[in-house]
Amino acid sequence: MRALGDTYTSFSRRRFLAASAATGLGAAALSACGSSDSGNSSGKTTIEWWNITTTDPAKKLWAQRAKDFEAAHPDVKVKIVTLENEAYKSKMTALTTSGKLPDVFHTWGGGVLKQQIDAGLVEDLTDKTASWTKDYVPASLAAYQFDKKTYAVPFDIGMVGFWYNKALFKKAKIDTPPTTWSGYLDAVKALKSAGITPIALAGKEKWPGMYYWAYLSMRVAGLEAMQKAATDADFTGAGFVTAGQHLKDLVALEPFQKGVLGAAYSEPNGQAATMGNGKAAMELMGQWAPSVEKSSGKGLGADLGFFSFPSVEGGKGALTEVFGGGGGHAVRKGAPDAAVEFLKFFAEKQFAETLVKETGLIPVSKDARPALTDPNLTAVSDALNNATGFQLYLDQAYAPAVGQEINDSVAALIAGSKSPEQVTRSVTQVAKSEKS
Amino acid sequence: MTHSTSASTTSTYVPDLGKPTGATAVSPGGGPRRPALRRVRDWFAAFVFTVPALALFGMLVLLPMGYAFYVSFFNWGGFGSPTDSVGFDNYTRLFHDPVFLGDLWRGFLLIAFSLVLQLPFALAMAVLLNQRLRGRAVYRMLFFAPYILSEVITGVLFSMIFAPGDGLADKILGAVGLDGLGGLWFAGQNTVLPTLFLVMTWKYFGFHMMLYLAGLQGIPAELHEAARIDGAGSWQRFRHVTLPLLAPTLRISVFLSVIGAIQLFDLVWVISAGGPDHHSETMVISMFQYGFKRYQMGYASAISVAMFLISLVFALAYQRFVLRRDTEGAITTMRANR
Repeated sequence: MRALGDTYTSFSRRRFLAASAATGLGAAALSACGSSDSGNSSGKTTIEWWNITTTDPAKKLWAQRAKDFEAAHPDVKVKIVTLENEAYKSKMTALTTSGKLPDVFHTWGGGVLKQQIDAGLVEDLTDKTASWTKDYVPASLAAYQFDKKTYAVPFDIGMVGFWYNKALFKKAKIDTPPTTWSGYLDAVKALKSAGITPIALAGKEKWPGMYYWAYLSMRVAGLEAMQKAATDADFTGAGFVTAGQHLKDLVALEPFQKGVLGAAYSEPNGQAATMGNGKAAMELMGQWAPSVEKSSGKGLGADLGFFSFPSVEGGKGALTEVFGGGGGHAVRKGAPDAAVEFLKFFAEKQFAETLVKETGLIPVSKDARPALTDPNLTAVSDALNNATGFQLYLDQAYAPAVGQEINDSVAALIAGSKSPEQVTRSVTQVAKSEKS
Repeated sequence: MTHSTSASTTSTYVPDLGKPTGATAVSPGGGPRRPALRRVRDWFAAFVFTVPALALFGMLVLLPMGYAFYVSFFNWGGFGSPTDSVGFDNYTRLFHDPVFLGDLWRGFLLIAFSLVLQLPFALAMAVLLNQRLRGRAVYRMLFFAPYILSEVITGVLFSMIFAPGDGLADKILGAVGLDGLGGLWFAGQNTVLPTLFLVMTWKYFGFHMMLYLAGLQGIPAELHEAARIDGAGSWQRFRHVTLPLLAPTLRISVFLSVIGAIQLFDLVWVISAGGPDHHSETMVISMFQYGFKRYQMGYASAISVAMFLISLVFALAYQRFVLRRDTEGAITTMRANR
């Protein structure tokens, strides 16, 4: 086996300068990952693995996987750092600024990963991983590919769609979930007149509201227009205004639970709890919705169903185009080879199946697909496998400022203080200022 | 004669000087130089003692402040080093940003509410609890307790209490037949700020009450007695004895209240994150949003500089015009004691 410290012999002057600059700027942040240097005196390589898996059983399984890896590679030590979502994001911002990332780190892909790549901090994994990621669902890799190069290995993929309460739909005499937007609005009206709150939404957190606008934009303006809008920094196209108008029509029906603008997502009384306790008929949410409904509320069990976001009449998008994202692992530029080795070990079929069975992850590899038993997650997985197009979460796909402005403006649209045109104008303004 | 005096003075100033220094001090011929030497030595000692503190202060306070000021002239995403200089653009943007202007307005409202409602309420409670009252220690403790509670816990607690429909507040109002009064609380654009102020009052009035209580304890009972003998009623005694003598405490409490309102963050962040639709956003929340959500570090720095300037101007003006008597007294006493 090749000495793992080799990568560090080519310690260039530039990297040295970058590193010394980084020490000055982010001394505090760095102290957390100072031990990741390979080639230390003890002869053991340490790889730092930063993830956001804070809950069991996944947390335990992941830790076990790291132990197994250490057992198979006696000269390597895996140091796990687990942070909660938001803490992870802000910590990573600090680390990225300081110019030194953990050896293996969680990523959602998209704009944030792109920023890190542009800063020269992320290893290109295209050749190193091609042999064992061949059978991955294409949609799962899309978020980590830039200029035909792959920068991360996914372990999770999912999408957003409507989760609905079958019992409440039945009560409102809706037999089949709607497939068109006008049918959807009719369903909302039917639920309302049956005295049921049609939709649970977390207005305080903004991103769940953004899902509506994003999907409507995909359906009306189309995927191409969404990409073009990002590259041209122009969201004022008619399609985006129409999408906003459709959302406004929905808001005008007052479909949300009481106090929607102050509701959080996973807190008690939040969106997931409202849905999980059967107090609202549906929510537009990612594949994690069932588990959060269960942890913040009672959960719906067999009453829970899934349907894709309806298509919009006259729009350019199709029902089979999905909006989603997942999780992957990227590797720091200059990390020891053991890091990539670890990713391969982590992706092995048997472990992928364990994750699917025990943590409810949707497999990225077609190989592990048969392990999926939950009917709702199978429906999500099918929708992903049959996807004809894929759009990554907007707050990840676009530059952070643009993603935040979309969240903000759409929240304002839902609160009634911005018109559809104003939304597109505000987003365009921010996109333009980010480009210049 | 001169010799021995100067030697003795030296020894009073630096009682346990080492032998070599002492030798220099008493060495003949150094008469005119001695005071200067002493001053230098004093300065040197002061310097040596303050260097560690100064270094820390400079590194952890002045340097980041200077850096934020520097960054505020750039369009910078927080990655790498700032290169895209934009002059005063970030500052002119402040004046056109409805969110920032709204922050100023909301900050002003919160300060006004605090001064008009919260502090008088705290004063009333302090006067009440300064009297002989059964179990007043318990009351004092109870009213002060919220101040000790962490902002985050307070936030979570009250977002549950004021949850629309299901929260304790709505349930209680419903139970006594006042459903109409319940409502959206933190979820309504027009109700969020008043509700937030309610929580702030609950949380902070105990602190101001304690300040006032301490001030009240310092007012000699003889003055009240004398006033009573002169036929002053309770209001007159409050107005002409208590209030003037409590004035220094009041001035400090107002100062702390205003600075606290300018820097308000964690409580609001947990409760509403500035929403709905920016209706409870404060300057610090805007700064955080622009800096760490949008990665517009330049603009966020400009907000922080603006915040700093507002605080600084207020603090200086307040010291110059309001606290002048208090501080002058202190300084003159210090001079007299020298």
